[in-house]
Amino acid sequence: MTSLNLEPLNLIITGVGGQGNVLISQVLARALVGQGLKTTVGETFGLSQRGGSVQSHVRVSRNKIFGPLIPEGQAHAVLGLEPLETLRVMASYGQPDIQVLVNARPVQPLNVIAGQDRYPADEALLDALRGLAAKVWWLNATAEAQGLGAAIMANIVMLGALTATGIMPVEAKDLEEALAEVLADDRLEQNLAAFRRGLELID
Amino acid sequence: MDDMAGDHPGAEVLLQGNEAMARGALEAGVAWASGYPGNPSSEIIETLARAASEKRLYVEWSVNEKVALEAAAAASFAGMRALATMKQNGVNVCLDALTSLALSGIKGGLVLIAADDPSSISSGNEEDSRFAAALAHLPLLEPATPQEAKDMVRFAFDLSERIGNICLVRSVSRLSHTRANVILGELPGGRGRPRFDTSRPFITLPAVPHHQVMYDKLDQAEAEFEESPFNHYEGPPKPDLMIAACGPSYLYAREAVEMLGLEDRTGILKLGTTYPLPQKFVAEHLAKAASVLVAEEIDPVLERSLKVLAAETGDRIGAKRFYGKRSGHVSPTGESGPGLVARALARIVGREFEPGDPDYRRRAAQVVDELVPPREFGFCPGCPHRASYWAIKQVLASDDRQGFVVGDVGCYTMGIWPTGFNQVKMAHAMGSGVGMSSGFGKLDAMGFAQPVISVVGDSTFFHAAIPALINATYNQAGFLLVVLDNAATAMTGFQPHPGTGVSVTGERLSRISIERICDAMGLEVTVCDPYDIESTTAVLRDRLRRLDTVRVIIMRRPCALVQGRADGFDYRMHVDENLCRGEECGCDRYCNRVFRCPGLVWDASSNRARIDEVICVGCGVCETVCPAGAIVKETI
Repeated sequence: MTSLNLEPLNLIITGVGGQGNVLISQVLARALVGQGLKTTVGETFGLSQRGGSVQSHVRVSRNKIFGPLIPEGQAHAVLGLEPLETLRVMASYGQPDIQVLVNARPVQPLNVIAGQDRYPADEALLDALRGLAAKVWWLNATAEAQGLGAAIMANIVMLGALTATGIMPVEAKDLEEALAEVLADDRLEQNLAAFRRGLELID
Repeated sequence: MDDMAGDHPGAEVLLQGNEAMARGALEAGVAWASGYPGNPSSEIIETLARAASEKRLYVEWSVNEKVALEAAAAASFAGMRALATMKQNGVNVCLDALTSLALSGIKGGLVLIAADDPSSISSGNEEDSRFAAALAHLPLLEPATPQEAKDMVRFAFDLSERIGNICLVRSVSRLSHTRANVILGELPGGRGRPRFDTSRPFITLPAVPHHQVMYDKLDQAEAEFEESPFNHYEGPPKPDLMIAACGPSYLYAREAVEMLGLEDRTGILKLGTTYPLPQKFVAEHLAKAASVLVAEEIDPVLERSLKVLAAETGDRIGAKRFYGKRSGHVSPTGESGPGLVARALARIVGREFEPGDPDYRRRAAQVVDELVPPREFGFCPGCPHRASYWAIKQVLASDDRQGFVVGDVGCYTMGIWPTGFNQVKMAHAMGSGVGMSSGFGKLDAMGFAQPVISVVGDSTFFHAAIPALINATYNQAGFLLVVLDNAATAMTGFQPHPGTGVSVTGERLSRISIERICDAMGLEVTVCDPYDIESTTAVLRDRLRRLDTVRVIIMRRPCALVQGRADGFDYRMHVDENLCRGEECGCDRYCNRVFRCPGLVWDASSNRARIDEVICVGCGVCETVCPAGAIVKETI
């Protein structure tokens, strides 16, 4: 865990509708508010959840509520649940010092499925991200989640990984508490295992 | 959700804007809450529903927004505090009731929360509901943050009761769906019993004197707004430029001024009470600067009010130069943001503004442009609408009469796009498709011979399609009505409706049957399962043969997201690699190219179609799609 030395700290959580973007932004923000930090999360709901790109903008400050949208070129970190969406946000919000965590498992856009567009190869995506970010963690979060019983928990694995990087001013125990508050009891154990698996993914 | 409803005054918790507004209503002692679901407003009712039994309040999803407002008005007439919630389209639906209620006045505090959707993130339109305030002569509040959303809703009930009229609160997507710290206030103790005072009727007649009373009530609201804590000025005593901002645009303006380092030259007039404007307060601050930039979302509503005020007070506050949507410094379409306000500001002060590191941004834009294809919207894996449109597509394609689909409002509106095989040729307001089909269905006398399929969802059927269907039936219009019954108001978050047999607070209620409603009109109804493509196609083909009257097919299958959470699906799918001939097959990747399910992808390494096991839910529908029979379903 680091202390908050950016004012505000700007994190984008990005992915595709249905990957549980909103859930982890909520859990993270709960833990941050619990630390006495002013936290704003701008979320995208609704139609975008029907297969579209979904972003949450998380903004953390010591003393001020910021607007729900991060200004262009001012994201400090990206938590990407899907590789294409992770690269997509770099154009609008990236800057040279940005740190990026990315789940390597693609969700193909419909135009790719239909053969009208191409999904870039892993190496091309990773090279592009490395060229635009100060640090990139390329993680097999979906595979880890599948190993723990449900691919849908890739978001929680990624939340664990984010926590282990120390980018956010929260500790693992704060997030585990927030998970316990937000998730139903019968899902908690499995999700805590996913979270802890995510913690281990970062050296 | 304990955070929202807990009796911990002074506690600082994370609340979504919609949860904060629900909390504000609880702090005001609300007894009744009704609404119709629609992004971005839905969570207000859902949040209150979770607190309903503990806080002893009544919460319902009403059949539509007009009924939601009318039912809430009844609670108000009986002296209770009542809330109605809706998205911008809902304000249109309830407008007739709203303008009449504004004439008669109300008793218990009655608040209408309208949540607008700048950039049409989840709407069929981009509309500014604030015009309703001027139209109906009602006070309007525009919160900027979740904290203010809570506080304003709390205040709106008091104001409504003091002036004896409805108070409007306007949210936008970036407030309703923003989570932030909120400091809770006190929850009230007990409240009285509802009672209607028969000596005090609520009527609109005589209309002219009541019209005058509406103006008097607005004057009373304006007097309160002059002292409101929801308005303030921040900045130097004599700024060169004033930004007048309301809603989240206030936060964007603050950040834009900081980004450009213009704090010593620019003031911000933050306005939370935007109709009627507190004229003295606003004029006093407008007098400080000769130039005014207006930061607001959707139409130039505040901008026009400020210009009227400047025209009326010009002799005292001096001539003003206004910048905003009318001058072209801010777009009248699409949502705002800190960068857009900063660009307008930079242009006014004659500065260059490029956000972030320009070299980096050019490089990033180039990389993304080269590598990242767009991601279009689509039906979820297993969505019954994909199956329904697939069947409709097969039938219309094999019919030479050039039939077409008239759409309506819901997830199935996406039938206008490739995910629904571009079958839907028009889509407007809730229930409009059935009304239009009623019109198409009478053109035969003029020689119109194209078969019309009107698709409508179950919730939309109850909301607005029934009068249109009665109209069509009574006037003997001919078309095929397809009710896409997925047992939920799916697009807005799977809310229950009268066909589901359950209330928002979880009580079991008697289902109202779509079949029996149609039956009462004398219409022939057939029910089929859209997953069964073969029989659905056969029924469609048969019913389309003669359309001298309205014929009804109910395609019934729960929303895949609901079914996935409840019982799951029956099949495990796979592509038989020996049967799929890949690009050598004459089908030209038919399953991918045309069917377009996110769970059925192309594997470039094997040159075969492949099931993505993470995404596929196992609905089994694609089995029928492959001409070579390579897609195989195994019962689990």
